[in-house]
Amino acid sequence: MTPEPHELDSFRQDVAAWLAAHRPADPGFLLPQSFMEVSTEQQLDFLREWQHKVWSAGYLGMAWPRAYGGGGVDPAFQSIADQEMRRAGVPICFNVIGLGWAGPLINDIGTEEEKSTYLKGILSGEDIWCQGFSEPDHGSDLGAAQTRAVRNGDGYVINGSKIWTTMGNYAKYMILLARTNPDAPRKYDGLSFFLAPMQVPGIETRPIRKLTGEYGFTETFFTDARIPEVSRMGAEGDGWKIAMQTLQYERGAEAGAAGGLAFVRVSIDDMIHELRDVSRDGCPVLEDPLLRDQLVALIMEEKAMALGDRRAAIAPLTTDYPFSLPLSNKLRWTEYSRRLRQFAVGAQGAAGSLYVGDEAARQGGFWQRAYMNSFAATIGGGTSQIQANIIAEHVLGLPK
Amino acid sequence: MSVIGSTRLSLGEEQAMLLDVARDFCRRQSPMSAVRAQLDSPLGFDQAVWRQMVDLGWTGIALPEAVGGSALGVASVVPVAESLGRAMLGTPLLATTLAAQLLQRAAPGTQDDVLAEIAAGAVATVALLESEDWGGTRYRVSLDDDNRLRGEKILVWDAQAAELLVVVARDGAGGTVLALVRRAALADAALAPHSLIDETRRAARIDFTDVQAEAVITGPSVSSALRDYQLLGALLVAAEAGGSAASCLDTTVDYLKTRKQFGRLIGSYQALKHPAVELLTAVDATRSFVYHAANLVSDEPLSRDAEIACRMAKAQGTETLCHAGDRAIQFHGGMGFTYECDAQLYLRRAQWAQPQFGDARHHRRHLAALLLD
Repeated sequence: MTPEPHELDSFRQDVAAWLAAHRPADPGFLLPQSFMEVSTEQQLDFLREWQHKVWSAGYLGMAWPRAYGGGGVDPAFQSIADQEMRRAGVPICFNVIGLGWAGPLINDIGTEEEKSTYLKGILSGEDIWCQGFSEPDHGSDLGAAQTRAVRNGDGYVINGSKIWTTMGNYAKYMILLARTNPDAPRKYDGLSFFLAPMQVPGIETRPIRKLTGEYGFTETFFTDARIPEVSRMGAEGDGWKIAMQTLQYERGAEAGAAGGLAFVRVSIDDMIHELRDVSRDGCPVLEDPLLRDQLVALIMEEKAMALGDRRAAIAPLTTDYPFSLPLSNKLRWTEYSRRLRQFAVGAQGAAGSLYVGDEAARQGGFWQRAYMNSFAATIGGGTSQIQANIIAEHVLGLPK
Repeated sequence: MSVIGSTRLSLGEEQAMLLDVARDFCRRQSPMSAVRAQLDSPLGFDQAVWRQMVDLGWTGIALPEAVGGSALGVASVVPVAESLGRAMLGTPLLATTLAAQLLQRAAPGTQDDVLAEIAAGAVATVALLESEDWGGTRYRVSLDDDNRLRGEKILVWDAQAAELLVVVARDGAGGTVLALVRRAALADAALAPHSLIDETRRAARIDFTDVQAEAVITGPSVSSALRDYQLLGALLVAAEAGGSAASCLDTTVDYLKTRKQFGRLIGSYQALKHPAVELLTAVDATRSFVYHAANLVSDEPLSRDAEIACRMAKAQGTETLCHAGDRAIQFHGGMGFTYECDAQLYLRRAQWAQPQFGDARHHRRHLAALLLD
């Protein structure tokens, strides 16, 4: 049943009040801007505690079934909770691979046992999840994954390596794409999908230092690592199909995420506010006609995307290319975010050359760090260039 | 308040129905062969098709029921304008609708006879421009105390077909007034057709010197009506341009799917794929802005949100069409350089649409003031 507007309004007030009362104090150390840069145990403990608090208060996983730790209510409530968290500028709910990708997948296609084993721990933050899709030699080309899973008794023996494993060093489980049949006629048919335990012998992780100087990803090595048969999701050979479904959640084309913030708010309003006292050529930079024109173009770009989200739900207005808006969501948003941040750095004048650690850096170097981190989204989950290929082929119908 | 502002977007039942009917009508009545058949005709449209559009009630969509309209509001003209653009069907519907909007907004309830003529199919148009500057507000065409006009207007849309002309002029006191002129009051020599870059369009230079106005509208409502007229003009041109950009993209994509070079379909090259996706995103953005603006305009004076929406629609819409037309030529290769290839129709339409009611830079400059100051 669709909730009544007054119910949603009063819920919104409840969330806002709760957030105001419970928002954590500044911890005194640098917090990650997203789930992809949890670099220290200190940050991890802080974020885990916060996610647990949000979930305990009933503001996370609101639309997931009650039986598995969810709230069992209409998704509209979670959207409101997310909006209020964004507005309040509270920390992120860091367990994003679980909350946003593995969780919805398990909810949608998992067995009863999988649901009861995994979902609650995702929400509470107790069980951290990571993703093992990309490999050192196969970034965007997932279908070519070479990590092997060999059936052995009641388990599989895994050999190979994965890269760009977000929180690989902290994770309890990994959604793993591995090759069970190297002889399948189509490379895609030889892949299987696992909800693999990470804390078993033979799995090692090595943190990767990112361009910002922070950590957050690992390289993950499997050397005769044994995982139970029951950790396989679906049948052998279903891996590609399940991985593609997972990417639909990741790219925002499919609903079902538990909610919570995956990123610290970076808004164009905040940027404009920050630029109000920046000078250029002796005048406020916001009076520079060239910069104003570029800024209006950015505002329009974001507004067009917000409007597109609305239009996508109106069938008569999506007749040309019905999948255009959902399939291009990731490309449009991530490229826009990158350019917004790049613009914010460039518009600061000399201050744009300062970095985290310099006390004269605007907002502690927030925009510089945000700009560099934004590439995680334009590269991860299929680079923008691959996204453009997908849209060209699957939306416009252009040949491979 | 966020600079992103209102994100209202819904489609009413009547609008959905009009979209359906208009798209189908335009597709049937205006295949490319029909578009090309009108390129060198004097009026630029088929009068039998126009008659059918009038019979469908399209000239009265935004007019009150009292004058024979259907009172659906100017927002409901948007799906029709989009469909016209999609089929490149050149008719005086936009000129006529906008002239009626100007009259209705400047003098509500006083021009019902004229509005009834318009609803019944009389072509109407507005004579506004005197120079290349769509942003100018100082009119030299003057109206004397005996309601006689003096001076020349340019780029009067569909002047060749118009029976009613609304002339924006300055009166003896320097105020802006609207003078209603019948085609019959104009000598044939007073009207000189322009040679336009878009051959599906018609417009003329008109010398109004010594022409007697049939009626004159004065007062403070004139300037606010003119402002709204220009914003609605921007919206309808954007809607039409959005339709044209969508079919221009289709034309290009079809070619990329069939043309082979070096043994491969050229659509398989990323150098062509990726810009095609960029165009798709721009076409999507245009459609979103256009229908968003349609949600915010009404018969009342336009709100700030509506102004922002109309300006964004125009800035996005014509820039998208310019880009789509430009790339359509390039991606068709040698074929694209010929008159025979339909890509030129879109490129020419783009150059026509770009300045009408202000180009993208004009609107972004106004948007900067609305959003940042």
